[in-house]
Amino acid sequence: MAFNYDQYIRGGKLPHIWCPGCTYGIVFKSLLRVVDTLKLNRDDIALVSGIGCASRLPGYVDFNTLHTTHGRALGFATGIKMAKPDKHVLVVSGDGDATAIGGNHFIHACRRNIDITVLVFNNYIYGMTGGQYSPTTPLGHMATTMPYGNIDPSFNIPELAKGAGASFVARGTAYHAAGLDRLIVEAIQHKGLSVVEIINACPTTHGRRNKFKSPTDQLLWMKDTFLPAVAFEKLPPEKTAGKLPMGVLYKKEGLPEYCETYYGLVERLKKQKEGRAQER
Amino acid sequence: MGKIKLLQGNEACAEGALYAGCTFFGGYPITPSTEVAEFMARRLPQIGGAFLQMEDEIAAMAAVIGGSLAGSKALTATSGPGFSLKQENMGFAMLTEIPCVIVNVMRGGPSTGVPTGPGQSDIMQCKWGTHGDHPVICLTPAYVQEIFTETVRAFNLSEKYRTPVIIAFDEIVGHMRERIEIPDPGVLPVVNRTKPTCPPSEYLPYDDSKGDVPPMANFFEGYRYHVTGLNHGTDGFPVNASPRIHTDELRLIRKVEGNKKDIVKFEEYQLADAEVAIFAYGVSGRSAKTAVEAARKEGIKAGLFRPLTIWPFPEEQVAALSKRVKAIIVPELSLGQIIFEVDRCSKGRCGIEGIYRVDGDPITPAQILAKVKEVK
Amino acid sequence: MSGRYEIRFSGSGGQGLILAGVIFAEAATIFDKKTAVQSQSYGPEARGGASKSEVIISDTAIDFPKATEIDLMLALTPEACMKYYKDIKPNGILLVDEDFVKETPEGTFKVVRLPIIRTASEEIGKAFVANIVAIGAIAALTGQVTIESVEKAVLSRVPKGTEELNKKALMAGYALAKNTEKEKAR
Repeated sequence: MAFNYDQYIRGGKLPHIWCPGCTYGIVFKSLLRVVDTLKLNRDDIALVSGIGCASRLPGYVDFNTLHTTHGRALGFATGIKMAKPDKHVLVVSGDGDATAIGGNHFIHACRRNIDITVLVFNNYIYGMTGGQYSPTTPLGHMATTMPYGNIDPSFNIPELAKGAGASFVARGTAYHAAGLDRLIVEAIQHKGLSVVEIINACPTTHGRRNKFKSPTDQLLWMKDTFLPAVAFEKLPPEKTAGKLPMGVLYKKEGLPEYCETYYGLVERLKKQKEGRAQER
Repeated sequence: MGKIKLLQGNEACAEGALYAGCTFFGGYPITPSTEVAEFMARRLPQIGGAFLQMEDEIAAMAAVIGGSLAGSKALTATSGPGFSLKQENMGFAMLTEIPCVIVNVMRGGPSTGVPTGPGQSDIMQCKWGTHGDHPVICLTPAYVQEIFTETVRAFNLSEKYRTPVIIAFDEIVGHMRERIEIPDPGVLPVVNRTKPTCPPSEYLPYDDSKGDVPPMANFFEGYRYHVTGLNHGTDGFPVNASPRIHTDELRLIRKVEGNKKDIVKFEEYQLADAEVAIFAYGVSGRSAKTAVEAARKEGIKAGLFRPLTIWPFPEEQVAALSKRVKAIIVPELSLGQIIFEVDRCSKGRCGIEGIYRVDGDPITPAQILAKVKEVK
Repeated sequence: MSGRYEIRFSGSGGQGLILAGVIFAEAATIFDKKTAVQSQSYGPEARGGASKSEVIISDTAIDFPKATEIDLMLALTPEACMKYYKDIKPNGILLVDEDFVKETPEGTFKVVRLPIIRTASEEIGKAFVANIVAIGAIAALTGQVTIESVEKAVLSRVPKGTEELNKKALMAGYALAKNTEKEKAR
C-alpha cells in the first residue's frame, strides 16, 4: 500500500510555494515517512524554521510548527528544547539561513550539543529572493549578486558542523531519497545536536543560470557527484576530484548533551537541598 | 510581613520575575543589566527552571520566545546595544502574540556609549525600535521596591494581553540598593495566560471573534497549530495582501491602546494645586520629587507627574495637566525624547521646558529647582 | 534635605568600597530600621582606577539617590581624594588614610587622618580588611549607625570562616576613631 502522506499534511494548506522542478518536495515527503517510521507522537514534535523556501515547510505539516525570523530558528528551538527537554525539536533551514545570517546560532547550537535535529536544505543559492549567491554557492557560479561569477569562497556545511561540535553529521541528497530517510531516522534517534545537510536543486534561480539545462540535469549531477562515504574514502586522491561523500560523515556517541547536563545539575541541587533539610 | 532585604534594582527585578512565576531566562551579558542574568543563573536551576546564556542577544530573545511558546513565563534582560539586537525578535513576539518580558537597563549614548553610566535615551526605541506598526507596553519603575512590583505587573500584563512587555529603568536605579519587602506568595496577584477550552480541532490561535486577546495554547498540549512572523489569518497561516492584515494590525494596537485604563499607571505628587508640573520617570523622577519638596519649602507650588507606564503614553492625564498648569518641565537623561510626547499631548496649552543631561550623571534636584523658579 | 546624611567611600577599584557601602547601608536600613540608599559609580576596570560608593541615610524617604552635599567622605587613595572631595559640605569630614593620602585639599571641611590600611595589615594581619576597618571608623565618626548593627551587617556579608577576622577589623577601626576623638577632647 502506498504511504499515506495526507495523514501528516494540514488540510487545505497545499499546494506548496515551491517551484516546479524544486527538490524540496522530495525531502518533505522523506521527513513525513521518517516521522511515521519512528512512530513519533505528532503532539510531541516542534518543527521550527527561519526564513527562505525551506522554511515554509512547517506550515504544511500537522505538528507544533514555528516559522520564525531569518537565521534565528535555532535560537527559538533551543528555547523550546530547554523548556521541554522531553520533546522532539526539529529545525529546517536553508544554506543562507543556517550558515550566513544564522551562522553564529548554527555553530553555537553545535557547540552546545543540544538534542535538536537540524536539516539544512542546501540548494547553493538564495532562492526566495531571486538567486543571490549564498555561503555555499560554488566559485564561478552565476548569481544575481555575482553577475561576473562567484568569487566568494564556500562553507563546507558538514565540516563546519563537525568543527563546531555537533555530535552527528550527515549528508544526503534529494536524488538519493531512500538513503535520506535512513539518515534522518538516525539523526533524530541520535542524542545530541545532529546536522543533516541535504543537497537540493533550485532550477529557477540557480540551475538555469549555471548550465543545467533542466531540473533533471541537477538531479543527475547529484547522482554523479555524491558517493557513499565508505566508497569515497577508498578512492585514490586523483579520482576524488569533483566527487563528494554522503551518508553519516561523523558520529560520536556519549558526549554530554546540553539539556541532560543542565537538568542533571537541577537534580543535584535538589538533592543537596533535601540533604540539608534532613540535616536540620 | 514578607522578607526584608537590601537589594539592587537589578536583583529586585529578578526577584519580581520569580514571584510572578518566571521559570525561563535567556540572556547575554551586558553592562549595566548583567546582575539580572547572574541572579537568575543562581536561582533558576534551584527551582527547576531553565537558564540560558545564549551566543548573542538575538538568540537570547529567540530562546525566550521559544520558552514561552513551550509554556514557560520567560524573561530577558539587556542594555543599549543588546536592546538594539533584540528588536527583530521582539517584533516577532508582538505579531505572533507570545508573552515575554524584556528588561532594558538603560545606559548612555548611541553605540557603545557609556556602559557604566545611566541613560534614558532608549525610551523612543522602546516604542518604535522594531519595524512596522506594533503594540508596546513599557513600564518605568524608579525605586527598588517598585522594580519588584512592576516586574510582577509586567508579567501579568504580558500574560493577560499576549504581548511582550518592556521594563525600562536606568543604570542608577538598576545598580542602587534599597530596602525592599518581598511579599509572601499570594499577596500580589499573579496572572496566567488564558488557554483555549475548545477541542483542538476547533482551535483558531488568532480568533478575534470573542475579544481582542485570543486564548493561547502552549506547544505540546494537543493543540497543533502554526506560528509565523508573516501576517496571518485567524488560523495562524500566512495571508498576503488581504484586508485581514489591516484589521488584525488594528486589533494588535487596540489590545494595548484600548486597555489603557488597566495598563497606564502613574504617581501624582503635590499636583492638586501645582502651578508648575514636572513630568519625569526613573531616576529623573526621583530627582524631581526632591526638587518639588525643595520648591514647596520655598512656597513655590510645584508638583510631579511620574509615569510608571510610559507606553502606552498617559495622553489623557498629560492633556488634563496641561490645562491647569503654567508649565510642564521635562527632565530626562537624553537630549530630548519624551518631551515631544508631553508637548504633543499639551497642544500648546502650557509652556514645555526640557532639562537634558547625557554626561553620565543624573539631573540633580538643584537643576530642576532652578528651572522651576525660571518658569513659575 | 534635612535629616539626610551623605557618606561617600572612595579609593581604588578592588579595595572593597562598594561592599563597604553595602554593609553600611544594610546596618542602617535592615538592622537600625532607618531609610538608606546605596549607589556606586565605577569605570570599566574591575581593579584599579578611582572608585566610589555612596550611602545616604535618612529618617524619611530618600528620592534623589546620589550624594551632592557630603557629610563624610572616605578616601583611601590620593587619586580618589582629589577626584571626589569637591562635594563635601562645609563642616563635613574628609577621612583619609594617613599613609597613602599625605596631601589633602584645602576646604572648609574637617580632615581626619587615620592609619586605616596599616591597621588592617599590621594589627589584623590582612590588608584586604581595610574596608572593614574603615567602616568601624566611620561608624564611630558619624554616629549614624550603632556598632552592633554594623557588626551584624558585616557578619551577614563576609565569607564564612572570616567572621572573627572581620569583627576584629571592625572593632579596630572603631577604636581608632574613638581614640582620636578622645585625644582631641583632651
